[in-house]
Amino acid sequence: MHVHAKRASVFMGACLASNQALGDWTLNMAPGVTGSSNEIFDLHMTILWICVVIGIAVFAVMFWSIFAHRKSKGYKPAHFHENTVVEVLWTIIPFVILVVMAIPATATLVDMYDSSESDIDIKVTGYQWKWKYDYLNEEFGYFSNMKTSQDEIYNRIQKNEHYLLDVDNPMVIPVGKKVRFLLTANDVIHSWWVPAFGVKKDAIPGFINETWTRVDEPGIYRGQCTELCGRNHAYMPVVVKAVPEEEYNEWVAEQQASAERERELTEKDWSLEELMERGEQAYQTACAACHQADGSGMPPAFPALKGSQMVLEDVQAHLDVVVNGVPGSAMQAFGDQLSEVDLAAVITYERNAWGNDTGEVVTPKQVFDYKNEE
Amino acid sequence: MSAVIDTHDQDHHHGPAKGYITRWLFTTNHKDIGSMYLIFSFAMFLLGGTMAMVIRAELFQPGLQIVEPEFFNQMTTMHGLIMVFGAVMPAFVGLANWMLPLMIGAPDMALPRMNNWSFWLLPCAFLILVSTLFMEGGAPNFGWTFYAPLSTTYGPPSTTFFIFAVHIMGVSSIMGAINVIATILNMRAPGMTLMKMPLFVWTWLITAFLLIAVMPVLAGVVTMMLMDINFGTSFFDAAGGGDPVLFQHVFWFFGHPEVYIMILPAFGAVSHIIPAFSRKPLFGYASMVYAVGAIALLSFVVWAHHMFTVGMPIAGQLFFMYATMLIAVPTGVKVFNWVATMFRGSLSFETPMLFAVAFVILFTIGGFSGLMLAIAPADFQYHDTYFVVAHFHYVLVPGAIFGIFASAYFWLPKWTGHMYDETLGKTHFWLSFIGMNLAFFPMHFLGLAGMPRRIPDYALQFADFNMVSSVGAFMFGATQILFLWIVVKCVRGGKKAEANPWDGAEGLEWTIPSPAPYHTFSTPPVVK
Ligand code: HEC
Ligand code: HEM
Ligand SMILES: [Cu+2]
Ligand SMILES: [Cu+2]
Repeated sequence: MHVHAKRASVFMGACLASNQALGDWTLNMAPGVTGSSNEIFDLHMTILWICVVIGIAVFAVMFWSIFAHRKSKGYKPAHFHENTVVEVLWTIIPFVILVVMAIPATATLVDMYDSSESDIDIKVTGYQWKWKYDYLNEEFGYFSNMKTSQDEIYNRIQKNEHYLLDVDNPMVIPVGKKVRFLLTANDVIHSWWVPAFGVKKDAIPGFINETWTRVDEPGIYRGQCTELCGRNHAYMPVVVKAVPEEEYNEWVAEQQASAERERELTEKDWSLEELMERGEQAYQTACAACHQADGSGMPPAFPALKGSQMVLEDVQAHLDVVVNGVPGSAMQAFGDQLSEVDLAAVITYERNAWGNDTGEVVTPKQVFDYKNEE
Repeated sequence: MSAVIDTHDQDHHHGPAKGYITRWLFTTNHKDIGSMYLIFSFAMFLLGGTMAMVIRAELFQPGLQIVEPEFFNQMTTMHGLIMVFGAVMPAFVGLANWMLPLMIGAPDMALPRMNNWSFWLLPCAFLILVSTLFMEGGAPNFGWTFYAPLSTTYGPPSTTFFIFAVHIMGVSSIMGAINVIATILNMRAPGMTLMKMPLFVWTWLITAFLLIAVMPVLAGVVTMMLMDINFGTSFFDAAGGGDPVLFQHVFWFFGHPEVYIMILPAFGAVSHIIPAFSRKPLFGYASMVYAVGAIALLSFVVWAHHMFTVGMPIAGQLFFMYATMLIAVPTGVKVFNWVATMFRGSLSFETPMLFAVAFVILFTIGGFSGLMLAIAPADFQYHDTYFVVAHFHYVLVPGAIFGIFASAYFWLPKWTGHMYDETLGKTHFWLSFIGMNLAFFPMHFLGLAGMPRRIPDYALQFADFNMVSSVGAFMFGATQILFLWIVVKCVRGGKKAEANPWDGAEGLEWTIPSPAPYHTFSTPPVVK
């Protein structure tokens, strides 16, 4: 029932939001767009009202004393200091209220824990500091990074409406289907939260947690990582796009096709020029931030790749650094972040750009074999 | 309660040792040590408060303005650690040192030399902890809860120093607790049976048992971290067969009783102050004692309510939800008893009473949000948001801190022999009260709207309330300087305090002169 109320309020909210760019004075939790989130909202409101009523009763008595029973008004103190009946009553009544409260809470919890018979399974993996979504039955997956620019963060340009809550590749799910999430993490503990779904679950390295949702309303839903996970904890938003089923199926087909294209690209014979061209692009997006566009790096923090011993000579070591990273340094393992083609392209690029002219080609096949023999 | 005291005996004792260093470094006097604990605690309160100001300044607006995320995380972590272990706990130990012997008619604490040691360990521990700010890689940045593997595999190099500091604090706390138990159980004046003990004594006795039970668990968990970091074990590393969630279970087995360690002594103090200024005996003394006992016992079986999102089996979720809800019952009893004590009393509102009444009201609000957090499904929405930050500041600031302020104003005349400046005291109260609510009430709204905790930067819809909250925080922070001034002024001079400056206060501590002589109760009083 709240879903409908919500629909109206979203509409009103949208109208208001357009003339109010910064901030709002939201006081309460929003009911959300799933059965669970609505049940949670009802629990929240129930317990809130119970607290308000008890609070008013207790504070009313207290303020009565504060105003009426004052020494300055010459009020003479009474001397009672116990009353068994009253004391037993105010032990038992709260207990009963709590039992009454525990019943719907238990029912909701049992509901939320039933993640069986799902239509779609998505593995959610937390990385420092991005999410990876793997569609287990459809066999594709991708990373989801925050899109907000450093310029916005450092107040150099106007902040976008979805400041900190926008990603390059949102998770996409169909409405009306039971979607099961299998959560884990690659490094530290993260927590995946979408308030509108009433779903929050920790992603723990080495373990798999389960939870699920069924979204009734198409829309874009935003949340954040809620477990402190290091420097950029504030910068790993969760964005989920719920779409009608047909649209979802088209999207899946597209993703599968492009995954297939990737696989074909791996098989394909690549020339040095082709790899260089692709490698330059990949390098600019994934590596230039540290090693700089011209390969000169920022020593001592980030080594130069131009003229680097390793890059010029040892292919195996080069592969190892890029695929597995250097533990304990800023050099991450790119092995599962970039495709084989991009890894091969980037490595080839590094070995031939900026006067590194080794003339050597590292093929996607080589990268694939390297990864598999590990 | 009434007492017969024999004052002429005091002439045979020496006063404090001559010479600054001998006086303070070697002192075994419970009053000296109590004062040192209180001064240390206030210094830490200002330091931790300064860090809170940095946090609130960064959060004044969205975007990064004054600190980088690395440093922000160090600030939240150090703020939490310093407030919990440096400000609140030592303040209560200071109050215990000063007041327990006076309340039970004992000449000193049972183990005075150990008392000296347990105090002096603390500055050492905090020197180490604070020095990590200047180390390469910075101070601990993983939150005061230091969850593995963020604090182990991914922790900064200074983590080992943090562990060492926690160990020293733990030793200090355990020694303090042993001293409290030994004193209370052995040194009560003749006639003071357990059920005649003042409530501050009762709550501290129970707190001391909690400390002895859980500080070793904290020591255990940091030792496991130390092994993981430096000696190749894998307690918390899944890659080696360990379990990061194990860390959380062990930590919170310490952590939940810890939050009661920070509130029970305040319960005790408030149970003296409210009757005194209501001029009416405490309502339900026996049920107050039983309620504290029940809270302490229950506090051992609720730890996993901090972990509702880690993926426990449903039976575990339900158990911890029910157990946590149950704690509301004895807590409710205490609040009802305080209100019933005020009811039909003859009330006056000097500064200690103002703080005590605010304590009851605001702590109750924190208790309500605690009850909401106990509802596991709802906690999925509240967990790790600003709603939690609001909750625990409502129990810690008006709970622990207001409890300490109330006690300080209540007993300052006894400690210094002077009355503090009542107008300044009331100003301190009202500014703190308004600042505190302005700072922390909006955090409830922020949390419900979805703002996660421990972030240096936030989405635009949270901007308005964050600004309000920061303004309140600055107001609260600045006000605390006033307290320093009030205390200094009161130590230096002021209206002379009588032995019992409060017409409604009762207990042995009010039978000795003000200021309390260096040695008291060398001959035990007799309690009828
Ligand atoms: C976040 C910063 C960062 C990014 C992004 C980054 N690197 Fe690195 N890289 C480093 C650092 C730091 C080292 C030095 C590691 C060490 O040995 O301690 C390094 C080392 C290397 C080395 C070894 C250089 C040598 O001479 O030893 C190679 C090769 C390399 N990176 C390739 C890449 C490639 C390819 C990418 C993009 C896919 C990339 N890096 C992205 C930080 C980065
Ligand atoms: C001076 C007034 C205070 C202000 C303005 C303040 C402000 C804050 C803020 C904004 C946070 C949240 C940081 C974040 O999540 O990013 C925080 C965390 C915390 N505060 Fe305070 N605080 C104050 C006093 C206290 C006191 C008196 C205590 C304890 C007795 C305390 C204990 C804590 C703890 C334990 C945390 C959690 C730290 C963490 O997340 O690891 N604070 N404080
Ligand atoms: Cu995070
Ligand atoms: Cu707890």
